[in-house]
Amino acid sequence: MEKTANPVQAYAKALLEVGGEDERIFCLTADLMHPFMIEDFALKYPDRFINVGVAEQNLMGIAAGMATCGKIPFVHTYTPFMTMRSCEQMRTDVCYPFLNVKMAGMCSGINMGVGGATHHSVEDIAILRAIPNMTLLSPADPIEIGRAVHAAAKHIGPTFIRFGRVPSPLVYEEGSDHPFIIGKSITLRDGRDVSLLATGLMVHRALGAAELLAKDGISARVINIHTIKPIDQSAIIKAAKETGAIVTAEEHNIMAGFGSAVAEVVVEECPVPMRRVGIEDTFCGLGPTEEMYQKWGLTAEKIAQAAREVLQVRSATKA
Amino acid sequence: METLSQEKISFLKGKAKTIRKNVVEVLSQTSGGHFGGALSAADLLAALYFEVMKIDPQNPSWPDRDRFILSKGHISVAKCAALAYAGYFPYEDLLAKYNRLGSPYGMHEDMTKIKGCDMTAGSLGHGLSAGVGMALAGKYDKKDYRVFVMIGDADLQEGSTWEAIMAAAHFKLDNLICIVDRNQIGVDGFTEELMGLEPLAQKFQDFRWQPKEIDGHNMEQVVATMKAVPFAPGSPSAIIANTIKGKGVSFMENNHHWHFGVATKEQAEAALAELEKGI
Repeated sequence: MEKTANPVQAYAKALLEVGGEDERIFCLTADLMHPFMIEDFALKYPDRFINVGVAEQNLMGIAAGMATCGKIPFVHTYTPFMTMRSCEQMRTDVCYPFLNVKMAGMCSGINMGVGGATHHSVEDIAILRAIPNMTLLSPADPIEIGRAVHAAAKHIGPTFIRFGRVPSPLVYEEGSDHPFIIGKSITLRDGRDVSLLATGLMVHRALGAAELLAKDGISARVINIHTIKPIDQSAIIKAAKETGAIVTAEEHNIMAGFGSAVAEVVVEECPVPMRRVGIEDTFCGLGPTEEMYQKWGLTAEKIAQAAREVLQVRSATKA
Repeated sequence: METLSQEKISFLKGKAKTIRKNVVEVLSQTSGGHFGGALSAADLLAALYFEVMKIDPQNPSWPDRDRFILSKGHISVAKCAALAYAGYFPYEDLLAKYNRLGSPYGMHEDMTKIKGCDMTAGSLGHGLSAGVGMALAGKYDKKDYRVFVMIGDADLQEGSTWEAIMAAAHFKLDNLICIVDRNQIGVDGFTEELMGLEPLAQKFQDFRWQPKEIDGHNMEQVVATMKAVPFAPGSPSAIIANTIKGKGVSFMENNHHWHFGVATKEQAEAALAELEKGI
Protein backbone atom coordinates (compact mmCIF):
# COMPACT_ATOMS: atom_id res chain seq x y z
CA MET A 1 0.00 0.00 0.00
CA GLU A 2 1.51 3.33 -1.02
CA LYS A 3 1.84 6.09 1.50
CA THR A 4 -0.44 9.09 1.10
CA ALA A 5 -0.72 12.42 2.85
CA ASN A 6 -3.05 15.38 2.88
CA PRO A 7 -1.74 18.20 0.69
CA VAL A 8 -3.79 20.85 2.46
CA GLN A 9 -2.56 19.83 5.90
CA ALA A 10 1.00 19.95 4.59
CA TYR A 11 0.39 23.40 3.17
CA ALA A 12 -1.17 24.74 6.37
CA LYS A 13 1.65 23.37 8.52
CA ALA A 14 4.27 25.04 6.36
CA LEU A 15 2.35 28.33 6.36
CA LEU A 16 2.31 28.29 10.15
CA GLU A 17 6.07 27.73 10.13
CA VAL A 18 6.89 30.58 7.76
CA GLY A 19 4.39 32.82 9.56
CA GLY A 20 6.30 32.19 12.77
CA GLU A 21 9.60 33.02 11.11
CA ASP A 22 8.56 36.23 9.38
CA GLU A 23 6.18 38.78 10.85
CA ARG A 24 5.63 40.35 7.44
CA ILE A 25 3.63 37.29 6.37
CA PHE A 26 -0.14 37.75 6.38
CA CYS A 27 -2.77 35.13 5.63
CA LEU A 28 -5.72 36.26 3.51
CA THR A 29 -8.70 34.24 2.38
CA ALA A 30 -12.11 34.59 0.79
CA ASP A 31 -14.21 32.50 3.19
CA LEU A 32 -12.06 29.38 2.80
CA MET A 33 -10.25 29.21 6.13
CA HIS A 34 -11.60 25.77 6.96
CA PRO A 35 -10.97 24.10 3.58
CA PHE A 36 -7.39 25.46 3.67
CA MET A 37 -6.98 24.24 7.27
CA ILE A 38 -5.45 27.58 8.22
CA GLU A 39 -7.40 27.93 11.47
CA ASP A 40 -4.17 27.51 13.44
CA PHE A 41 -2.63 30.51 11.70
CA ALA A 42 -5.79 32.50 12.43
CA LEU A 43 -5.68 31.51 16.10
CA LYS A 44 -1.98 32.04 16.58
CA TYR A 45 -1.64 35.24 14.56
CA PRO A 46 -5.13 36.81 14.55
CA ASP A 47 -3.73 40.24 13.67
CA ARG A 48 -2.19 38.79 10.54
CA PHE A 49 -5.24 36.86 9.42
CA ILE A 50 -7.79 38.53 7.16
CA ASN A 51 -10.96 36.96 5.85
CA VAL A 52 -12.72 39.12 3.25
CA GLY A 53 -15.75 36.93 2.64
CA VAL A 54 -16.49 35.61 -0.82
CA ALA A 55 -14.93 38.44 -2.81
CA GLU A 56 -11.89 37.25 -4.74
CA GLN A 57 -11.25 40.44 -6.64
CA ASN A 58 -11.15 42.40 -3.42
CA LEU A 59 -8.99 39.67 -1.86
CA MET A 60 -6.30 40.08 -4.49
CA GLY A 61 -6.51 43.88 -4.53
CA ILE A 62 -6.12 44.03 -0.75
CA ALA A 63 -3.08 41.75 -0.99
CA ALA A 64 -1.52 44.07 -3.55
CA GLY A 65 -2.13 47.11 -1.35
CA MET A 66 -0.62 45.38 1.68
CA ALA A 67 2.42 44.33 -0.34
CA THR A 68 3.12 47.98 -1.21
CA CYS A 69 3.48 48.50 2.55
CA GLY A 70 6.11 45.78 2.89
CA LYS A 71 3.83 42.92 3.91
CA ILE A 72 4.00 39.45 2.36
CA PRO A 73 0.40 38.36 1.88
CA PHE A 74 -0.37 34.70 1.25
CA VAL A 75 -3.70 34.65 -0.58
CA HIS A 76 -5.96 31.61 -0.36
CA THR A 77 -8.78 30.54 -2.61
CA TYR A 78 -9.55 27.77 -5.06
CA THR A 79 -7.43 27.86 -8.21
CA PRO A 80 -10.33 28.37 -10.66
CA PHE A 81 -11.52 31.42 -8.68
CA MET A 82 -8.03 32.80 -8.12
CA THR A 83 -6.96 32.53 -11.73
CA MET A 84 -10.23 33.55 -13.33
CA ARG A 85 -12.37 35.62 -10.94
CA SER A 86 -9.42 37.70 -9.73
CA CYS A 87 -7.28 37.22 -12.81
CA GLU A 88 -7.08 40.90 -13.65
CA GLN A 89 -6.20 41.95 -10.11
CA MET A 90 -3.51 39.24 -10.10
CA ARG A 91 -2.10 40.46 -13.39
CA THR A 92 -2.53 44.23 -13.08
CA ASP A 93 -2.28 44.90 -9.35
CA VAL A 94 0.23 42.20 -8.37
CA CYS A 95 2.35 41.10 -11.33
CA TYR A 96 2.57 44.36 -13.29
CA PRO A 97 4.08 46.25 -10.33
CA PHE A 98 5.97 43.07 -9.25
CA LEU A 99 4.50 43.01 -5.75
CA ASN A 100 5.49 40.35 -3.28
CA VAL A 101 2.21 38.44 -3.08
CA LYS A 102 2.00 34.64 -2.70
CA MET A 103 -1.01 32.86 -4.14
CA ALA A 104 -2.03 29.47 -2.81
CA GLY A 105 -4.32 27.79 -5.31
CA MET A 106 -6.13 24.72 -4.05
CA CYS A 107 -8.39 22.45 -6.14
CA SER A 108 -6.07 22.66 -9.12
CA GLY A 109 -6.77 20.25 -11.96
CA ILE A 110 -9.72 17.90 -11.48
CA ASN A 111 -8.71 17.07 -7.93
CA MET A 112 -12.06 18.19 -6.51
CA GLY A 113 -13.71 15.56 -8.68
CA VAL A 114 -17.28 15.83 -7.43
CA GLY A 115 -17.16 19.63 -7.62
CA GLY A 116 -17.54 19.49 -11.37
CA ALA A 117 -16.12 21.98 -13.85
CA THR A 118 -16.92 25.02 -11.69
CA HIS A 119 -14.44 23.73 -9.11
CA HIS A 120 -11.95 22.16 -11.51
CA SER A 121 -9.06 24.06 -12.99
CA VAL A 122 -7.64 22.87 -16.29
CA GLU A 123 -6.83 26.40 -17.49
CA ASP A 124 -4.72 27.95 -14.72
CA ILE A 125 -1.26 27.00 -16.02
CA ALA A 126 -2.11 28.55 -19.37
CA ILE A 127 -3.31 31.73 -17.70
CA LEU A 128 -0.47 32.03 -15.20
CA ARG A 129 2.30 31.24 -17.67
CA ALA A 130 1.18 34.11 -19.88
CA ILE A 131 1.44 36.71 -17.13
CA PRO A 132 4.86 38.39 -17.03
CA ASN A 133 6.63 38.49 -13.63
CA MET A 134 4.76 35.41 -12.37
CA THR A 135 6.54 32.46 -10.79
CA LEU A 136 4.48 29.25 -10.91
CA LEU A 137 5.20 26.36 -8.57
CA SER A 138 3.57 22.95 -8.91
CA PRO A 139 4.91 20.65 -6.18
CA ALA A 140 4.73 16.89 -6.64
CA ASP A 141 3.41 15.74 -3.27
CA PRO A 142 2.46 17.01 0.20
CA ILE A 143 6.08 16.94 1.36
CA GLU A 144 7.17 19.08 -1.55
CA ILE A 145 4.22 21.43 -0.98
CA GLY A 146 5.77 22.26 2.40
CA ARG A 147 9.12 22.89 0.77
CA ALA A 148 7.50 25.07 -1.88
CA VAL A 149 5.83 27.23 0.78
CA HIS A 150 9.18 27.83 2.47
CA ALA A 151 10.81 28.65 -0.87
CA ALA A 152 7.96 30.98 -1.86
CA ALA A 153 8.17 32.85 1.45
CA LYS A 154 11.82 33.67 0.79
CA HIS A 155 11.43 34.35 -2.93
CA ILE A 156 10.81 37.98 -3.86
CA GLY A 157 7.98 38.54 -6.33
CA PRO A 158 4.55 37.19 -7.28
CA THR A 159 4.48 33.44 -6.70
CA PHE A 160 1.66 30.98 -7.29
CA ILE A 161 1.61 27.55 -5.62
CA ARG A 162 -0.64 25.05 -7.39
CA PHE A 163 -1.92 22.02 -5.49
CA GLY A 164 -4.82 19.67 -4.93
CA ARG A 165 -7.18 18.91 -2.11
CA VAL A 166 -7.54 15.18 -1.58
CA PRO A 167 -4.86 12.96 0.01
CA SER A 168 -2.25 12.10 -2.55
CA PRO A 169 0.59 9.57 -2.79
CA LEU A 170 4.02 10.52 -1.53
CA VAL A 171 6.91 10.89 -3.94
CA TYR A 172 9.36 11.87 -1.22
CA GLU A 173 10.25 10.64 2.22
CA GLU A 174 9.96 13.15 5.03
CA GLY A 175 13.40 14.72 5.47
CA SER A 176 14.71 13.37 2.16
CA ASP A 177 17.55 15.28 0.57
CA HIS A 178 15.76 17.02 -2.29
CA PRO A 179 16.15 20.75 -1.71
CA PHE A 180 13.45 22.81 -3.39
CA ILE A 181 15.13 25.38 -5.57
CA ILE A 182 12.74 27.52 -7.61
CA GLY A 183 13.39 26.94 -11.32
CA LYS A 184 15.46 23.81 -10.81
CA SER A 185 13.87 20.46 -11.63
CA ILE A 186 14.61 17.23 -9.79
CA THR A 187 15.58 14.04 -11.63
CA LEU A 188 13.98 11.24 -9.64
CA ARG A 189 15.01 8.33 -11.81
CA ASP A 190 17.64 8.13 -14.46
CA GLY A 191 16.97 6.53 -17.82
CA ARG A 192 18.29 6.50 -21.37
CA ASP A 193 15.42 5.59 -23.73
CA VAL A 194 12.77 8.19 -22.97
CA SER A 195 12.21 11.07 -20.53
CA LEU A 196 9.00 11.42 -18.59
CA LEU A 197 8.64 15.06 -17.54
CA ALA A 198 5.88 15.52 -15.02
CA THR A 199 4.50 18.17 -12.71
CA GLY A 200 2.32 18.10 -9.61
CA LEU A 201 0.39 14.97 -8.86
CA MET A 202 1.46 13.42 -12.18
CA VAL A 203 5.04 12.99 -10.94
CA HIS A 204 4.00 9.99 -8.88
CA ARG A 205 2.21 8.53 -11.88
CA ALA A 206 5.28 9.11 -14.06
CA LEU A 207 7.34 7.07 -11.59
CA GLY A 208 4.70 4.33 -11.89
CA ALA A 209 4.96 4.53 -15.67
CA ALA A 210 8.73 4.13 -15.47
CA GLU A 211 8.21 0.91 -13.51
CA LEU A 212 5.78 -0.37 -16.14
CA LEU A 213 8.19 0.51 -18.93
CA ALA A 214 11.09 -1.17 -17.12
CA LYS A 215 9.16 -4.43 -17.34
CA ASP A 216 9.30 -4.05 -21.14
CA GLY A 217 13.00 -3.30 -20.97
CA ILE A 218 12.51 0.43 -21.58
CA SER A 219 14.66 2.71 -19.48
CA ALA A 220 12.75 5.87 -18.61
CA ARG A 221 14.11 8.99 -16.96
CA VAL A 222 11.65 10.73 -14.64
CA ILE A 223 11.99 14.45 -13.98
CA ASN A 224 9.88 16.37 -11.50
CA ILE A 225 9.42 19.83 -12.91
CA HIS A 226 8.03 21.55 -9.83
CA THR A 227 8.55 25.04 -11.25
CA ILE A 228 6.53 25.56 -14.40
CA LYS A 229 7.65 29.16 -14.73
CA PRO A 230 10.52 29.84 -15.04
CA ILE A 231 10.95 26.37 -16.50
CA ASP A 232 14.21 24.44 -16.18
CA GLN A 233 15.33 24.71 -19.80
CA SER A 234 18.70 23.02 -19.33
CA ALA A 235 17.15 19.87 -17.82
CA ILE A 236 14.68 19.67 -20.72
CA ILE A 237 17.38 20.11 -23.36
CA LYS A 238 19.59 17.56 -21.62
CA ALA A 239 16.71 15.07 -21.49
CA ALA A 240 15.94 15.62 -25.17
CA LYS A 241 19.57 15.19 -26.16
CA GLU A 242 20.32 12.20 -23.97
CA THR A 243 17.12 10.19 -24.33
CA GLY A 244 15.78 11.44 -27.68
CA ALA A 245 12.10 11.18 -26.72
CA ILE A 246 9.90 13.09 -24.30
CA VAL A 247 6.54 12.53 -22.67
CA THR A 248 4.97 15.20 -20.47
CA ALA A 249 2.28 14.64 -17.87
CA GLU A 250 0.06 17.23 -16.22
CA GLU A 251 -3.30 17.54 -14.49
CA HIS A 252 -4.37 20.35 -16.80
CA ASN A 253 -5.52 20.94 -20.36
CA ILE A 254 -2.72 19.87 -22.69
CA MET A 255 -3.39 23.06 -24.64
CA ALA A 256 -1.15 25.91 -23.43
CA GLY A 257 -0.24 24.02 -20.29
CA PHE A 258 2.86 22.35 -18.90
CA GLY A 259 3.44 20.09 -21.90
CA SER A 260 3.22 23.11 -24.14
CA ALA A 261 5.83 24.87 -22.02
CA VAL A 262 8.16 21.88 -22.42
CA ALA A 263 7.38 21.70 -26.15
CA GLU A 264 8.42 25.32 -26.62
CA VAL A 265 11.87 24.46 -25.31
CA VAL A 266 12.13 21.17 -27.19
CA VAL A 267 11.05 22.60 -30.54
CA GLU A 268 13.44 25.52 -30.35
CA GLU A 269 16.45 23.87 -28.76
CA CYS A 270 16.45 20.17 -29.56
CA PRO A 271 13.47 18.78 -31.52
CA VAL A 272 12.72 15.17 -30.63
CA PRO A 273 9.49 13.13 -30.80
CA MET A 274 7.14 14.15 -28.01
CA ARG A 275 3.73 13.32 -26.51
CA ARG A 276 1.66 15.24 -23.97
CA VAL A 277 -0.51 13.46 -21.42
CA GLY A 278 -3.21 15.53 -19.74
CA ILE A 279 -6.79 16.66 -20.14
CA GLU A 280 -7.51 16.73 -23.84
CA ASP A 281 -9.29 20.06 -24.16
CA THR A 282 -12.54 19.14 -22.50
CA PHE A 283 -14.57 19.90 -19.39
CA CYS A 284 -14.50 16.77 -17.28
CA GLY A 285 -17.92 16.34 -15.74
CA LEU A 286 -17.83 15.08 -12.18
CA GLY A 287 -17.13 12.02 -10.11
CA PRO A 288 -14.98 10.63 -7.31
CA THR A 289 -11.44 11.87 -7.78
CA GLU A 290 -9.62 8.60 -8.45
CA GLU A 291 -12.32 7.45 -10.89
CA MET A 292 -11.98 10.80 -12.62
CA TYR A 293 -8.24 10.29 -13.02
CA GLN A 294 -8.90 6.88 -14.56
CA LYS A 295 -11.59 8.18 -16.89
CA TRP A 296 -9.55 11.11 -18.15
CA GLY A 297 -6.32 9.18 -18.53
CA LEU A 298 -4.27 10.77 -15.77
CA THR A 299 -2.64 7.44 -15.01
CA ALA A 300 0.70 5.65 -15.05
CA GLU A 301 -0.65 3.37 -17.78
CA LYS A 302 -1.50 6.30 -20.04
CA ILE A 303 1.96 7.81 -19.56
CA ALA A 304 3.60 4.43 -20.30
CA GLN A 305 1.42 4.07 -23.37
CA ALA A 306 2.45 7.53 -24.59
CA ALA A 307 6.09 6.57 -24.03
CA ARG A 308 5.72 3.46 -26.18
CA GLU A 309 4.07 5.53 -28.91
CA VAL A 310 6.78 8.14 -28.88
CA LEU A 311 9.46 5.45 -29.06
CA GLN A 312 7.71 3.96 -32.10
CA VAL A 313 7.69 7.37 -33.75
CA ARG A 314 11.35 7.73 -33.02
CA SER A 315 12.31 4.35 -34.45
CA ALA A 316 10.16 5.03 -37.54
CA THR A 317 11.95 8.37 -37.97
CA LYS A 318 15.33 6.72 -37.59
CA ALA A 319 14.45 3.99 -40.06
CA MET B 1 -14.33 73.04 10.63
CA GLU B 2 -11.02 74.77 10.23
CA THR B 3 -11.17 77.97 8.18
CA LEU B 4 -8.40 78.67 5.74
CA SER B 5 -6.90 82.07 5.11
CA GLN B 6 -7.81 83.77 1.87
CA GLU B 7 -4.13 83.64 0.89
CA LYS B 8 -4.14 79.89 1.29
CA ILE B 9 -7.31 79.53 -0.74
CA SER B 10 -5.88 81.69 -3.53
CA PHE B 11 -2.68 79.66 -3.44
CA LEU B 12 -4.59 76.38 -3.84
CA LYS B 13 -6.81 77.80 -6.56
CA GLY B 14 -3.63 78.85 -8.33
CA LYS B 15 -2.30 75.28 -8.07
CA ALA B 16 -5.56 73.91 -9.47
CA LYS B 17 -5.33 76.36 -12.34
CA THR B 18 -1.75 75.29 -13.03
CA ILE B 19 -2.78 71.62 -13.04
CA ARG B 20 -5.58 72.37 -15.53
CA LYS B 21 -3.29 74.34 -17.82
CA ASN B 22 -0.68 71.59 -17.64
CA VAL B 23 -3.29 68.98 -18.53
CA VAL B 24 -4.23 70.93 -21.65
CA GLU B 25 -0.63 71.66 -22.53
CA VAL B 26 0.56 68.06 -22.16
CA LEU B 27 -2.45 66.37 -23.76
CA SER B 28 -2.73 68.73 -26.70
CA GLN B 29 0.75 67.85 -27.87
CA THR B 30 -0.07 64.13 -28.00
CA SER B 31 -2.57 62.07 -29.89
CA GLY B 32 -5.30 62.98 -27.42
CA GLY B 33 -6.18 62.27 -23.85
CA HIS B 34 -8.71 62.30 -21.03
CA PHE B 35 -9.33 66.05 -20.76
CA GLY B 36 -12.77 65.88 -19.13
CA GLY B 37 -12.00 63.84 -16.04
CA ALA B 38 -8.60 65.44 -15.55
CA LEU B 39 -10.14 68.91 -15.46
CA SER B 40 -12.95 67.84 -13.13
CA ALA B 41 -10.48 66.46 -10.57
CA ALA B 42 -7.98 69.34 -10.56
CA ASP B 43 -9.29 71.16 -7.46
CA LEU B 44 -9.38 67.92 -5.50
CA LEU B 45 -5.81 67.06 -6.50
CA ALA B 46 -4.57 70.56 -5.63
CA ALA B 47 -6.14 70.34 -2.18
CA LEU B 48 -4.64 66.89 -1.56
CA TYR B 49 -1.10 67.55 -2.73
CA PHE B 50 -0.67 71.15 -1.55
CA GLU B 51 -2.57 71.22 1.71
CA VAL B 52 -4.09 68.01 3.01
CA MET B 53 -1.68 65.10 2.57
CA LYS B 54 1.36 64.45 4.71
CA ILE B 55 4.01 63.75 2.08
CA ASP B 56 7.71 64.32 1.49
CA PRO B 57 8.57 64.66 -2.19
CA GLN B 58 12.25 64.28 -1.31
CA ASN B 59 11.47 60.87 0.19
CA PRO B 60 8.69 59.33 -1.92
CA SER B 61 8.75 55.98 -0.10
CA TRP B 62 8.66 57.50 3.41
CA PRO B 63 6.79 54.77 5.34
CA ASP B 64 4.70 57.24 7.35
CA ARG B 65 3.42 59.24 4.38
CA ASP B 66 -0.24 59.49 3.50
CA ARG B 67 -1.01 57.27 0.50
CA PHE B 68 -2.89 58.36 -2.59
CA ILE B 69 -4.38 55.95 -5.11
CA LEU B 70 -5.82 57.30 -8.33
CA SER B 71 -8.27 54.55 -9.19
CA LYS B 72 -9.43 56.57 -12.20
CA GLY B 73 -5.91 56.06 -13.53
CA HIS B 74 -6.75 57.48 -16.96
CA ILE B 75 -6.26 61.02 -15.59
CA SER B 76 -2.70 60.27 -14.51
CA VAL B 77 -1.66 63.39 -16.41
CA ALA B 78 -3.42 65.60 -13.84
CA LYS B 79 -1.89 63.74 -10.92
CA CYS B 80 1.55 63.87 -12.53
CA ALA B 81 1.20 67.64 -12.91
CA ALA B 82 0.43 67.83 -9.18
CA LEU B 83 3.38 65.54 -8.39
CA ALA B 84 5.65 67.69 -10.53
CA TYR B 85 4.71 70.91 -8.75
CA ALA B 86 4.88 69.19 -5.38
CA GLY B 87 8.54 68.53 -6.22
CA TYR B 88 8.74 64.85 -7.17
CA PHE B 89 10.12 65.59 -10.65
CA PRO B 90 10.33 68.59 -12.97
CA TYR B 91 7.21 69.48 -14.92
CA GLU B 92 9.41 69.78 -18.02
CA ASP B 93 10.14 66.07 -17.69
CA LEU B 94 6.42 65.28 -17.84
CA LEU B 95 5.88 67.64 -20.76
CA ALA B 96 8.79 66.25 -22.74
CA LYS B 97 8.15 62.55 -22.12
CA TYR B 98 4.37 62.07 -21.76
CA ASN B 99 3.22 59.10 -23.90
CA ARG B 100 6.67 58.78 -25.53
CA LEU B 101 8.24 55.37 -26.03
CA GLY B 102 9.58 54.08 -22.73
CA SER B 103 8.32 57.10 -20.78
CA PRO B 104 7.39 56.83 -17.10
CA TYR B 105 4.38 59.07 -17.83
CA GLY B 106 1.44 58.10 -19.98
CA MET B 107 -2.28 57.60 -20.27
CA HIS B 108 -2.37 55.31 -17.21
CA GLU B 109 0.07 54.93 -14.38
CA ASP B 110 2.85 52.57 -13.32
CA MET B 111 3.96 52.86 -9.69
CA THR B 112 7.36 51.38 -10.51
CA LYS B 113 8.12 54.23 -12.92
CA ILE B 114 6.50 57.39 -11.52
CA LYS B 115 8.09 58.94 -8.43
CA GLY B 116 5.44 59.52 -5.79
CA CYS B 117 2.91 57.10 -7.31
CA ASP B 118 1.66 54.72 -4.63
CA MET B 119 -0.29 52.30 -6.85
CA THR B 120 -0.41 51.24 -10.46
CA ALA B 121 -3.78 52.14 -11.99
CA GLY B 122 -5.66 52.16 -15.26
CA SER B 123 -8.29 49.45 -15.14
CA LEU B 124 -11.32 50.72 -13.22
CA GLY B 125 -12.58 49.19 -10.02
CA HIS B 126 -9.16 48.25 -8.64
CA GLY B 127 -8.04 51.19 -6.53
CA LEU B 128 -10.30 50.93 -3.51
CA SER B 129 -9.30 47.33 -2.75
CA ALA B 130 -5.63 48.29 -2.82
CA GLY B 131 -6.55 51.17 -0.51
CA VAL B 132 -8.20 48.73 1.90
CA GLY B 133 -4.95 46.71 1.88
CA MET B 134 -2.82 49.78 2.63
CA ALA B 135 -5.20 50.89 5.37
CA LEU B 136 -5.13 47.43 6.97
CA ALA B 137 -1.33 47.45 6.87
CA GLY B 138 -1.33 50.91 8.47
CA LYS B 139 -3.58 49.73 11.30
CA TYR B 140 -1.43 46.66 11.88
CA ASP B 141 1.73 48.79 11.98
CA LYS B 142 0.02 51.29 14.29
CA LYS B 143 0.86 54.11 11.90
CA ASP B 144 -1.28 57.20 11.62
CA TYR B 145 -1.04 57.65 7.87
CA ARG B 146 -4.24 57.99 5.89
CA VAL B 147 -5.06 56.37 2.57
CA PHE B 148 -6.87 58.59 0.07
CA VAL B 149 -8.41 56.85 -2.93
CA MET B 150 -9.90 58.89 -5.74
CA ILE B 151 -12.47 57.04 -7.78
CA GLY B 152 -14.60 58.15 -10.69
CA ASP B 153 -18.24 57.46 -11.45
CA ALA B 154 -17.28 54.46 -13.56
CA ASP B 155 -15.33 52.88 -10.70
CA LEU B 156 -18.69 52.69 -8.95
CA GLN B 157 -20.16 50.73 -11.83
CA GLU B 158 -17.56 47.99 -11.23
CA GLY B 159 -18.71 45.32 -8.77
CA SER B 160 -15.25 45.01 -7.26
CA THR B 161 -15.49 48.55 -5.87
CA TRP B 162 -18.53 47.51 -3.86
CA GLU B 163 -16.61 44.52 -2.49
CA ALA B 164 -14.03 47.00 -1.23
CA ILE B 165 -16.71 49.34 0.13
CA MET B 166 -18.15 46.46 2.15
CA ALA B 167 -14.72 45.42 3.43
CA ALA B 168 -13.62 48.93 4.46
CA ALA B 169 -16.63 49.34 6.72
CA HIS B 170 -16.37 45.79 8.04
CA PHE B 171 -12.74 46.37 9.05
CA LYS B 172 -13.63 49.81 10.49
CA LEU B 173 -10.99 51.55 8.40
CA ASP B 174 -11.27 55.14 9.52
CA ASN B 175 -7.85 55.75 7.97
CA LEU B 176 -9.36 55.22 4.52
CA ILE B 177 -10.95 58.08 2.58
CA CYS B 178 -12.71 57.56 -0.72
CA ILE B 179 -13.03 60.69 -2.82
CA VAL B 180 -15.56 60.38 -5.62
CA ASP B 181 -14.93 62.70 -8.54
CA ARG B 182 -18.64 62.75 -9.34
CA ASN B 183 -18.66 64.44 -12.73
CA GLN B 184 -21.64 62.33 -13.79
CA ILE B 185 -20.27 61.52 -17.23
CA GLY B 186 -18.69 58.38 -18.68
CA VAL B 187 -17.42 57.53 -22.15
CA ASP B 188 -20.87 57.16 -23.67
CA GLY B 189 -22.81 59.84 -21.81
CA PHE B 190 -24.40 60.64 -18.45
CA THR B 191 -23.99 57.97 -15.78
CA GLU B 192 -27.58 58.33 -14.67
CA GLU B 193 -28.75 57.44 -18.18
CA LEU B 194 -26.09 54.78 -18.72
CA MET B 195 -26.21 52.95 -15.36
CA GLY B 196 -27.53 55.04 -12.54
CA LEU B 197 -25.57 55.44 -9.30
CA GLU B 198 -27.99 57.54 -7.28
CA PRO B 199 -28.77 57.83 -4.47
CA LEU B 200 -25.01 57.56 -4.02
CA ALA B 201 -24.54 59.13 -0.59
CA GLN B 202 -27.34 56.95 0.71
CA LYS B 203 -25.63 53.87 -0.73
CA PHE B 204 -22.39 54.70 1.10
CA GLN B 205 -24.43 55.30 4.24
CA ASP B 206 -26.18 51.96 3.84
CA PHE B 207 -22.81 50.29 3.39
CA ARG B 208 -21.80 51.73 6.78
CA TRP B 209 -19.57 54.55 5.55
CA GLN B 210 -19.70 58.17 6.62
CA PRO B 211 -20.45 60.12 3.42
CA LYS B 212 -20.34 63.86 2.83
CA GLU B 213 -21.44 65.50 -0.39
CA ILE B 214 -19.61 68.65 -1.44
CA ASP B 215 -19.02 71.00 -4.34
CA GLY B 216 -15.77 69.65 -5.74
CA HIS B 217 -14.85 73.03 -7.17
CA ASN B 218 -15.36 75.05 -3.99
CA MET B 219 -11.83 75.06 -2.58
CA GLU B 220 -12.83 76.15 0.93
CA GLN B 221 -15.32 73.33 1.15
CA VAL B 222 -12.97 70.76 -0.42
CA VAL B 223 -10.12 71.46 1.96
CA ALA B 224 -12.29 71.80 5.05
CA THR B 225 -14.00 68.49 4.31
CA MET B 226 -10.76 66.65 3.57
CA LYS B 227 -9.27 67.99 6.79
CA ALA B 228 -12.24 66.80 8.79
CA VAL B 229 -11.63 63.11 8.18
CA PRO B 230 -12.42 60.72 9.67
CA PHE B 231 -15.98 61.96 9.90
CA ALA B 232 -16.58 59.39 12.61
CA PRO B 233 -14.11 57.17 14.44
CA GLY B 234 -14.27 53.56 13.30
CA SER B 235 -15.81 54.37 9.90
CA PRO B 236 -14.30 54.97 6.50
CA SER B 237 -15.08 58.40 5.04
CA ALA B 238 -16.55 59.07 1.60
CA ILE B 239 -16.31 62.51 0.06
CA ILE B 240 -18.67 62.72 -2.87
CA ALA B 241 -17.34 65.71 -4.75
CA ASN B 242 -19.85 66.98 -7.29
CA THR B 243 -17.77 68.20 -10.18
CA ILE B 244 -18.14 69.30 -13.77
CA LYS B 245 -16.49 67.21 -16.41
CA GLY B 246 -14.14 69.44 -18.42
CA LYS B 247 -14.31 72.17 -15.72
CA GLY B 248 -12.82 75.47 -16.80
CA VAL B 249 -13.01 75.07 -20.58
CA SER B 250 -16.39 76.13 -21.95
CA PHE B 251 -16.52 73.75 -24.91
CA MET B 252 -15.38 70.78 -22.83
CA GLU B 253 -17.68 71.27 -19.86
CA ASN B 254 -20.38 68.63 -19.44
CA ASN B 255 -19.56 67.13 -22.81
CA HIS B 256 -18.90 63.41 -22.92
CA HIS B 257 -17.02 63.78 -26.20
CA TRP B 258 -14.21 65.28 -24.12
CA HIS B 259 -13.95 62.23 -21.88
CA PHE B 260 -11.22 61.34 -24.33
CA GLY B 261 -10.56 63.93 -26.96
CA VAL B 262 -8.03 65.27 -29.40
CA ALA B 263 -7.49 69.02 -29.21
CA THR B 264 -6.53 70.99 -32.28
CA LYS B 265 -3.93 73.74 -31.90
CA GLU B 266 -6.70 76.35 -31.92
CA GLN B 267 -8.76 74.47 -29.36
CA ALA B 268 -5.75 74.06 -27.08
CA GLU B 269 -4.99 77.80 -27.32
CA ALA B 270 -8.60 78.69 -26.62
CA ALA B 271 -8.68 76.30 -23.67
CA LEU B 272 -5.48 77.73 -22.19
CA ALA B 273 -6.79 81.28 -22.62
CA GLU B 274 -10.04 80.42 -20.86
CA LEU B 275 -8.22 78.71 -18.03
CA GLU B 276 -5.95 81.70 -17.64
CA LYS B 277 -8.68 84.29 -17.31
CA GLY B 278 -11.38 82.03 -15.91
CA ILE B 279 -14.83 81.50 -17.45
